[in-house]
Amino acid sequence: MSILATSFLQNRHFIDSLYILAVILFILGLRGLAGPRTAVRGNQIAAVGMAIAFVATLLQEGVVPNGHTAILIAVGVIVGTLVGIPAARNVKMTAMPQMVALFNGVGGGAVALIAWAEFRRHFPGAGGDWYTKSMIASLFAAIIGSISFWGSNIAFGKLQEILPGKPIKLPGQQLINLVLLIVCVGSAIAIAAGTHSQALFILGVLVAAGVLGNMVVLPIGGADMPVVISLLNAFTGLSAAATGIALNNFALIVAGTIVGASGSILTNLMAVAMNRSVPSIIAGGFGGGDAAAAGGGGAAGAGAGGTARSTSAQDAAIQLAYARQVVVVPGYGMAVAQAQHAVREMALALERKGVEVKYAIHPVAGRMPGHMNVLLAEADVPYDQLKEMDDINPEFGRTDVSLIIGANDVTNPAANNDPGSPIYGMPILEVAKSQSVIVLKRSMSSGFAGIDNPLFYDPKTAMLFGDAKASVSEITAELSNL
Amino acid sequence: MDLVTQIGVLVLAAFVGFEVISKVPNTLHTPLMSGTNAIHGIVLLGGLLVIGEAVGAHDVLGQIILVIAIAFGTINIVGGFLVTDRMLGMFKRKPEPKTDEGEGS
Repeated sequence: MSILATSFLQNRHFIDSLYILAVILFILGLRGLAGPRTAVRGNQIAAVGMAIAFVATLLQEGVVPNGHTAILIAVGVIVGTLVGIPAARNVKMTAMPQMVALFNGVGGGAVALIAWAEFRRHFPGAGGDWYTKSMIASLFAAIIGSISFWGSNIAFGKLQEILPGKPIKLPGQQLINLVLLIVCVGSAIAIAAGTHSQALFILGVLVAAGVLGNMVVLPIGGADMPVVISLLNAFTGLSAAATGIALNNFALIVAGTIVGASGSILTNLMAVAMNRSVPSIIAGGFGGGDAAAAGGGGAAGAGAGGTARSTSAQDAAIQLAYARQVVVVPGYGMAVAQAQHAVREMALALERKGVEVKYAIHPVAGRMPGHMNVLLAEADVPYDQLKEMDDINPEFGRTDVSLIIGANDVTNPAANNDPGSPIYGMPILEVAKSQSVIVLKRSMSSGFAGIDNPLFYDPKTAMLFGDAKASVSEITAELSNL
Repeated sequence: MDLVTQIGVLVLAAFVGFEVISKVPNTLHTPLMSGTNAIHGIVLLGGLLVIGEAVGAHDVLGQIILVIAIAFGTINIVGGFLVTDRMLGMFKRKPEPKTDEGEGS
């Protein structure tokens, strides 16, 4: 009886059915993520799918042939869980983008390591039992996985500000990248052609791809990091699909490809919102420097426009209290200062005075699409007060005060009227159309894109310098004194 | 599955991915990225599938590589889903007492 049950559980068709179920759950889960109401359940559905795929794989005949294997698997899973849970639990909402980068990186790392292990497994035999198909797929997985791992780590370092956000460039960068690419692909071809020193060449592939991942991401400015993370996310998905082809695993192929497709769409969406093209962002890594150089020129030109006027929290509070409509424009500065709760309190204080408060969310405000929404939702800002760019832009004409909290490039009028500006053509929040503008900022330094903002020199703009959270709290305090 | 079938599956899956994802609103892009990120942790299965053979071949380095790969894949999955859940939890519409609390303070 138990033999019957075991053989049923290990039946190829049963396992495949479980995989199909898992894939269906992934798709349903992703579809659930499409709406704020179904999103939580969608994520859970996808997680259940993952659990089913995991169990199905362990059931498969020969996967756990002995106790030793079981122990190794348990060690890996337990260590991974012990690292993953606290990392996900304790990360601050503001640090979310770099956490996603890190999780993406370890996924890519897993792909590369598995490809490496596959090569070790097939070296000694060197026989015809390994299909060319699997070998080529594994080589692809090794290269892309390794690039993804190292690239993601650099992206993490930049967002975490361990590494400088400014583009880092080496002399002869292009040449170095080209050489690395040649070493990488050359080693892969040598392996595919059946060299005798496969062990050496696979390391060549992994190391060259890893260094290439570093080199490509290092010169990309911090502002473009979300696009890079999204692209690397798609890469990891595709490399997982390649692993699936190498190992003849249906679930890996489908899930990996879906991630690859969705990551590509998201990457493109983010790039479009910044009026950049994906190739030109990556070219920041390959070609280098054109955008940054142009940015410097633009800054010099705009800086000549005049001087900025600074204001005090008290004046700002008076201005806000007597407004009919205030539009808050949050940016990365709000995230860094963790000011979302203070902003919510200030908005409540204003609403008690009969001021209408809305939030203008630029698609690329912060470091990721939706970054501001996550933070403001954390502070219990009602969902319907968050306005997307196209909805809020017509409203600025009727707005008395636009309060810019740590946002810069997304409000830069140069994007509309200075063809020489590197961000010319990027859709912006047209805050300059409102009656007056208050900018909360740490200093006059330029934004992440490294471009000066003529808005700051506009006569109707007042600057309130200081930490965003402290400034907002001061304004709230002043409001209660009015 | 032969290669042609696999490529067929891959192409169809790509279309499913495009279809499902293109409907996600802007505001949910960060959780979406995080959620898809968790799903590619499925590469963990690859590690499970091959570690048994590394044990069988007494390949110690291979076993170490794969244990690390399995740990990495697990971090990707567990961390990815949890972090997505945390993010999405903040989108939940909460009942209004929050405003009272604000007024009380």
